[in-house]
Amino acid sequence: MRRYYERVVEGLVFASGMASIIFVILIFVFLLKEGLMLFREFSVIKFLLGKHWYPISEPPQFGTLPLILGSLWVTLGATAISVPLGIACAIFIGEIASGWLREVLKAGVELLAAIPSIVLGFIGLVTLVPLVKNMFGLSTGLTAFSGSVMLAFMAMPTIVSIMEDALNLVPKTYREGSIAMGATKWQTIRRIILPSAASGIIAAVMLGFGRVIGETMAVMMITGNAAVIPKSIFQPVRTMTATIAAEMGETVQGSDHYFALFAVAILLFVITFAVNFLADWFLHRKKAR
Amino acid sequence: MVEKIQVQDLSAYYDGALALKKVNLTIYDHEILGIIGPANSGKTTFLRTLNRMNDFSPGFSYEGSVRIDGKDVYRDWEVPQLRKSVGMVFAIPTPLPITVFENLAYGPRRHGIRSRKRLSEIVERSLKAAFLWDEVKDRLHESAMKLSGGQQQRLCIARTLAAEPEVILFDEPCSGLDPISTAKIEEAMRELNKQYTLVLVTNNTKQAARVSDRVAFFLMGELVEIDETEKVFTIPKDERTEGYVSGRYG
Repeated sequence: MRRYYERVVEGLVFASGMASIIFVILIFVFLLKEGLMLFREFSVIKFLLGKHWYPISEPPQFGTLPLILGSLWVTLGATAISVPLGIACAIFIGEIASGWLREVLKAGVELLAAIPSIVLGFIGLVTLVPLVKNMFGLSTGLTAFSGSVMLAFMAMPTIVSIMEDALNLVPKTYREGSIAMGATKWQTIRRIILPSAASGIIAAVMLGFGRVIGETMAVMMITGNAAVIPKSIFQPVRTMTATIAAEMGETVQGSDHYFALFAVAILLFVITFAVNFLADWFLHRKKAR
Repeated sequence: MVEKIQVQDLSAYYDGALALKKVNLTIYDHEILGIIGPANSGKTTFLRTLNRMNDFSPGFSYEGSVRIDGKDVYRDWEVPQLRKSVGMVFAIPTPLPITVFENLAYGPRRHGIRSRKRLSEIVERSLKAAFLWDEVKDRLHESAMKLSGGQQQRLCIARTLAAEPEVILFDEPCSGLDPISTAKIEEAMRELNKQYTLVLVTNNTKQAARVSDRVAFFLMGELVEIDETEKVFTIPKDERTEGYVSGRYG
């Protein structure tokens, strides 16, 4: 009896474990099935490098370059803001702050992660957008830059918490060894702790990047949604995610436009998958040593 | 004899709980002071107060004073300078995750030595003084983490020497080592004694008897007795000391 029970439990756990992989594979297969339909009539090169996204003109143009660049601008901007801030924040929480301050900060960062993105987007729309408009004298505050700032807030919790874990994993003996040699706290952080935690830090950055590139609602609200190739970060852009969200409701199922949106989704999936894969690789490279 | 370290009425607390009770003692230049006592007797707390490694222990507070070369460690010394002058070797080897060479050069670099040639000299001299040179001279650019436990501990001693300290604190330096490695480290300590003042905390009373000039016995945060090694082990004044060194309790 007991043996059967063990087997059943084992089987259930195994099935649950496999489920996540199976779901991912199914999603990917479904995306491929729908998305690849586009390329029966539309060339892949035109899709990837075409400069115009006019899905309802005649003939339609599905050039995703503006969308890719839009996503890249916003994401790179957000990364440029959130990585230094996140690293500094994690160092402060993990290495410098002590006692209640540390607990308060940790709770604060976790709370930031809990804010729904639509709420952040809404707050950004009414506070950040006018601020950007006035500060830089633009005709509209709905720009890639506004999106970057907003998304930086969303990436922060991911970056900070993963980096803080990485710092915590640095053995105490490294700190003591360094401090006992007369190194200052900052020298110890810079020379010993950060290099030891490097792979974790890179993974944190990658996962923050992945978090940002997949974000939809907030960017849709505050980046202006203009599918043109941006010349600067202070122009409206439209990201891949926002395009899918905005247009999916208007397409006829089975139309080229419908398939094109799935193709954009494949592109997005490939990018996030690659980023996650790299992050994982960095994390595991550390453990293998 | 020149007085190197003067400890006056030193009490220490962790979150208010007493760890050291009004300790008074003097450590002389160029001696090896062994500190013995059972677990929780305050030996390590005492040791870590001498170079302020307690600063990072949560809830630590102290009363009284510790003076090294007449300067109060909590008031007059710059902390990095203090830790350079008062080096420390821990119970668990603490190699840094960098090459052997960089481990040795770490202290000197932090204190402003840049010349590669000068650093190489320091590295070689320190490794020789810690009896490690012959074993690692061809492995200077390998990670220090690849050395054996005993080698790592001697690396830590060498690294401490490289910073050109005056006092070296040993916190149970042989607790995780085999007898041969232990013998090598004890040999190194006796040799170092010619140049440095050593304070050795050890759980191994025999080691204290072998190595030290004087021995201090701590019990429950109190300094029970301090005297020349031979006296402590043959004619102790306090019966608690006698009980401990003869192995009746501890």
